[in-house]
Amino acid sequence: MYDLIVIGGGPAGLAAANSAWQKGLRSILIVERDKEAGGILNQCIHNGFGLHRFKEELTGPEYAARFIDMLKETGVELMLDTMVLEITAGRQVHVISAKDGYQVLSAKSIVLCMGCRERTRGAIGIPGDRPAGVFTAGSAQRYLNLEGYMVGKRVVILGSGDIGLIMARRMTLEGAKVLACVELMPYSGGLMRNIVQCLNDWDIPLYLSHTITDIRAENGRVSHVTVHKLDENRQPIPGTNLEFDCDTVLLSVGLIPENELTRAAGIQMDPRTNGAVVYENMETSVPGIFACGNVVHVHDLVDYVSAESERAGAAAAEFVLKGQREGEALELKNGADVGYTVPQKIRAQAVEKAADVFFRVRRVFKNSVIEISDGEKVLASFRREHMAPGEMEHILLPRKILDQARGGQITVSAKEA
Amino acid sequence: MKELVCIVCPKGCRLHVDEENGFAVTGNSCPRGAEYGKNEIQNPTRVLTSTVRITGGAYPRCPVKTDRAVPKAKLMDIMKELNGVTLSSPVEIGQVVLRDAAGTGAGVVVTKAL
Repeated sequence: MYDLIVIGGGPAGLAAANSAWQKGLRSILIVERDKEAGGILNQCIHNGFGLHRFKEELTGPEYAARFIDMLKETGVELMLDTMVLEITAGRQVHVISAKDGYQVLSAKSIVLCMGCRERTRGAIGIPGDRPAGVFTAGSAQRYLNLEGYMVGKRVVILGSGDIGLIMARRMTLEGAKVLACVELMPYSGGLMRNIVQCLNDWDIPLYLSHTITDIRAENGRVSHVTVHKLDENRQPIPGTNLEFDCDTVLLSVGLIPENELTRAAGIQMDPRTNGAVVYENMETSVPGIFACGNVVHVHDLVDYVSAESERAGAAAAEFVLKGQREGEALELKNGADVGYTVPQKIRAQAVEKAADVFFRVRRVFKNSVIEISDGEKVLASFRREHMAPGEMEHILLPRKILDQARGGQITVSAKEA
Repeated sequence: MKELVCIVCPKGCRLHVDEENGFAVTGNSCPRGAEYGKNEIQNPTRVLTSTVRITGGAYPRCPVKTDRAVPKAKLMDIMKELNGVTLSSPVEIGQVVLRDAAGTGAGVVVTKAL
């Protein structure tokens, strides 16, 4: 029986395991399906990681190495090349690997760190032919940066999420011509710094409020893409078509938390995040099972994933060493223009000083205010100069604010100041 | 007065740089933003990240980066020089694979032990 089994050895899993060790757990196992730890960081060779966590600018592999090195100083076990098939509410973990076959492991606590996966062409239904040459941006990134394959020469990118932007620059550096980055929404889904250094630096045009309306093929490979401008109802405007001769389409159209194991374990899900509903300490609806990182909600920065996962790891240690947290839970409601919150529930009684709350707004805001109310009274407000759906917001709700909430709920809303 | 988005960190501060006033920067929320604003107008620089060939490693490519920011105009020249580099495993983080890349004075170093 392990004190803790961590599902996934990416940034979330590494931080959660390390933090649980620091808090006193001594029998910890990380199960990872890949041949090495580090997860998606291994293919994110660009820099910009770690500014918050380490106060320096690291590449993805360097950031992963920091955590892997930390873990080497502990007794945390790492089981590689091993797939988790099932977890149960009774905290049993079914795993399979070529080396050790099928095993059922038991744990006093579990932290879910499976991360997320990319939305594909099928998920967004782009019309046209079905040729080779259509990749998710992350698959192309893996081919290029790890396997050493150049996936195309003339590229159109759909979606302006960060991975798409990063790949626009990466493909350009490797000699491809990136013809356009096309974004459905009237604003970019990526970080502003990536717009600047991945598109503007290389004169790659960004078409906002546009989408791909047709993909055509020659000899089984992408040969042509049609792009249209969209009206306010996101319908293509006739006559606004742009035509691109290209051999490759990269999709950067969103990430979905990977929660098959979570659902099968009967853990309560939040349809807004596609992740588990969690309490203030990242505990799910099943006692002793925690979740953190992109499997809960998709983060902008790995630094935030590490911080959240350290809280989850510490909470797993607390659960094993001190027992289940007590107390009535406040429910966090989404007010105006707030898409979701994490956590969704807070046991105020268990909050020492303040509870971290993360959320995304639904539209771009300038000079705005985040309001916390209990439905009747405004309990707190936070000023923001700028908010956008592409940038996760964070507030700290002090215990004394939580204690003021009446009616068992708190609403988070955003509005112009 | 030129408007810029600071790219030093993911925060993305909107900077104003006054070229006629000693490149004075406003809108920054840290000293590094002020420095970025000054440099970006006069001599824009970037850290280059890429991969080079490696034999005998877990993967056929090894990630690398320049050990400092280099002039933007030199990025493609460094990419060309990196095409000529082949490493053999094992390599360690920080190991130099190219010195004085494209005459910039910057080194190119390994970012993953392979």
